Amino acid sequence: MKGEKRIILEYADKINPEKAEDYIKVGGYKGLEKARRMKPKKIIEEVKKSNLRGRGGAGFNTGMKWSFIPENAPIKYVVCNLDEGEPGTYKDRIICEKNAQALLEGMAICATAIGAEKGYIYCRGEYPYIVKLLNNAIKSAKEIGALEDFDIEVRMGAGAYVCGEETALIESIEGQRGEPRFKPPFPGVEGLWGMPTVVNNVETFACLPYILVNGAEWFASIGAPNYPGTKILTLTGDINNPTYFEVPTDYLLSDVIYELGGGIKSGRELKAVQVGGSSGAFIPKKNIDTPIDFDSMTKIGASLGSGAVFVLDETRDIVDIATRIAKFFKHESCGKCNPCREGTFRMYEMMTRINKGLGKPEDIENILVLSRVMQKASLCGLGQAAPIPIETSIKHFKSDYMAKLN
Amino acid sequence: MINLTIDGKNVTVPRGTMLLEACRLAGADIPTLCYDPELKLAGSCRMCVVEVEGRRTLAASCVTPAEEGMVVQTESEEVVEARKVILELLLARHRLDCHVCEKDGNCRLQDYCYRYGVKDSRFKGEEPHFYKDDPNPFIERDYDKCIMCTKCVRACAEITGAFAINLKNRGHEVVISTAFDGGLKDSTCVFCGQCVMVCPVGALVSKVEKGRGRDYQTEKVRTICSYCGTGCTLELKVLNDQVVGVNSVRDERLSPVNRGALCVKGRFGWDFVNSKERLTQPLVRKDGELVPVSWDEALDYTASRLKEIKERWGAGSMAVFTSARTTNEENYLAQKLARAVIGTNNVDHCARL
Ligand SMILES: Cc1cc2nc3c(=O)[nH]c(=O)nc-3n(C[C@H](O)[C@H](O)[C@H](O)COP(=O)(O)O)c2cc1C
Ligand code: SF4
Ligand code: SF4
Ligand code: SF4
Ligand code: SF4
Repeated sequence: MKGEKRIILEYADKINPEKAEDYIKVGGYKGLEKARRMKPKKIIEEVKKSNLRGRGGAGFNTGMKWSFIPENAPIKYVVCNLDEGEPGTYKDRIICEKNAQALLEGMAICATAIGAEKGYIYCRGEYPYIVKLLNNAIKSAKEIGALEDFDIEVRMGAGAYVCGEETALIESIEGQRGEPRFKPPFPGVEGLWGMPTVVNNVETFACLPYILVNGAEWFASIGAPNYPGTKILTLTGDINNPTYFEVPTDYLLSDVIYELGGGIKSGRELKAVQVGGSSGAFIPKKNIDTPIDFDSMTKIGASLGSGAVFVLDETRDIVDIATRIAKFFKHESCGKCNPCREGTFRMYEMMTRINKGLGKPEDIENILVLSRVMQKASLCGLGQAAPIPIETSIKHFKSDYMAKLN
Repeated sequence: MINLTIDGKNVTVPRGTMLLEACRLAGADIPTLCYDPELKLAGSCRMCVVEVEGRRTLAASCVTPAEEGMVVQTESEEVVEARKVILELLLARHRLDCHVCEKDGNCRLQDYCYRYGVKDSRFKGEEPHFYKDDPNPFIERDYDKCIMCTKCVRACAEITGAFAINLKNRGHEVVISTAFDGGLKDSTCVFCGQCVMVCPVGALVSKVEKGRGRDYQTEKVRTICSYCGTGCTLELKVLNDQVVGVNSVRDERLSPVNRGALCVKGRFGWDFVNSKERLTQPLVRKDGELVPVSWDEALDYTASRLKEIKERWGAGSMAVFTSARTTNEENYLAQKLARAVIGTNNVDHCARL
């Protein structure tokens, strides 16, 4: 579509993602070939230079992450995070459905760079058909020798959002309860089965073949310089085109909504937009003329996160929506640490009270205190981010809350 | 070595030292609920958080390695707010009945609420509903007082190796459970009571000690368990000259053999001490009746009988059988008695059965 820039999704629906031959016909596995002729350090340098930053939410420099892997470790692992648990996010599924071979090639490039022989794809439990697709794709790539000795195994989650957190994901692959580990040690030093492990998002891996083929400078020049490349966004909510788009990262959020998204449904006005999934901040209308890249979103107190864009029109009850989000986090907290285990639960209680018209002004005060402590003291990103949508909805739509108080 | 500043003081610690230890070296009293130096780190209670300059979030000091140049505040406004809120969140899921609680006066939750002036919780709502009636003779499991530190789970796995308990459910509904949620009796539990030893609150208490005196009311007598030859150190709780309970002694210097770990007998089986049926002097059977006699008489009688049997039937007709309740040294003496005095090699020990 006009305004889009398709790199990962250029051949969407034109090739069969399961067939390595199809992918090769459109230039696939050239990046891996190139990587194999390079010194591992050079590959990492190239990825660093491209300034590719993680597409899973934290925006960490990918080449930098790889450079932490100790060279002399006997065993190393490459893990792909396909847990895709953020509500409203389905871009990793789209990448698999349209260009699964690019993901496999990206993982193999990473394996070449760090010296790993085994990779895992941790797939969201609700995507059983993607597991099938990926297994076929791996088989096809293996058959023509594209992956050489690099083996990839697909593992399935069991429906826990927290297992998208990289250390909980590792615990889950190991067969343990899905609970995050404290960091340090980071997975790069002590990851899967205690071995140095790279965990990257599907989209991060899928960028790599194109970086290797076209060069770091080419990638670094696309979109926002601090977070270059493209980003696949998934639009949901009160929007005319609730679908996915691949855009350069300097694309404006307002254009996402009004150009690609075709504007608000039924000609209504925009109330707020939540970017990055349920853990994202609510962005009021006045702030939407902002590029979607990681740093620009952070500047307005939001986060790009997974790239989900949830649009609310003027008629929406934001207190009710924030209450539903609180319920989601109460349900998904793993229960390991006190601030999140009890905090998400009490947050939901207080929000429910307010939403039912039974709230008191001190409920809002208490929510804000709790929110502060959860962000500061929770063990992992789940508890740290869970109060953000609530806090920002109070910040920008205080009057909606006041109107509901008893 | 690593240099850092804690509450304005300069501290130097070896690389790899956690902030918790560094803070304690600097004289800061850091509260902890899930930390136990003998167990794997959990980093989950978040009571030990401190403020590290330049960090977005507070750092759990038990799992944060000290780094060169760190500037740390251990009781800043943010830190205190976090600790208070955590205590309030715990109180909201706690059945607070200190007046009848075994742990009163010896309870971390109570101590920290006192220290931070947390009287009540702003986050009360649904009441705790985690109590587990467990009909076993030794351990009461009242998870309405559980603070989810998971020390019991780790102690059971790492010290005893029984793996009887673990976490069940997610979020607020997380609770400590046996496999298939049965009683401890139906699990792999060996009733060692290591879980009771590490529980910082009144969620796990000894049924044998219940109602017999609070910890602070009792006099403590350190001794060695008399049940077997292992020689575990334990601490008797004594009230009005009666043994009313047993504590672990976890200090390795005082308890080198067991470092606090005990078995079901040492921890729960001490009530024989006050039993009326207990033998307190030697008995000799006279005319079919057991009659109390002096030690001299009893020993003379035994010696003369041994002699008679040896003369009549030979030394090979006798055997010496010793018990695991005796020490190595006593076992050595017993075999010496058998071989050198009685003259037999028929020596055996109950541990071989
Ligand atoms: C609660 C929670 C859920 C997460 N879920 C996902 C997820 O579904 N997919 C993902 O790629 N990263 C997720 N992350 C981020 C990962 O921990 C990790 O940062 C990411 O996989 C690293 O890959 P990247 O550097 O390529 O972004 C989650 C983080 C948290 C705290
Ligand atoms: S913040 Fe929440 S999800 Fe993360 S470890 Fe703590 S309880 Fe678990
Ligand atoms: S566990 Fe501690 S805080 Fe709870 S009732 Fe007992 S003494 Fe009081
Ligand atoms: S008594 Fe011992 S074996 Fe039983 S649950 Fe407690 S620690 Fe485990
Ligand atoms: S029962 Fe005691 S030791 Fe176990 S988790 Fe609860 S408070 Fe901690």
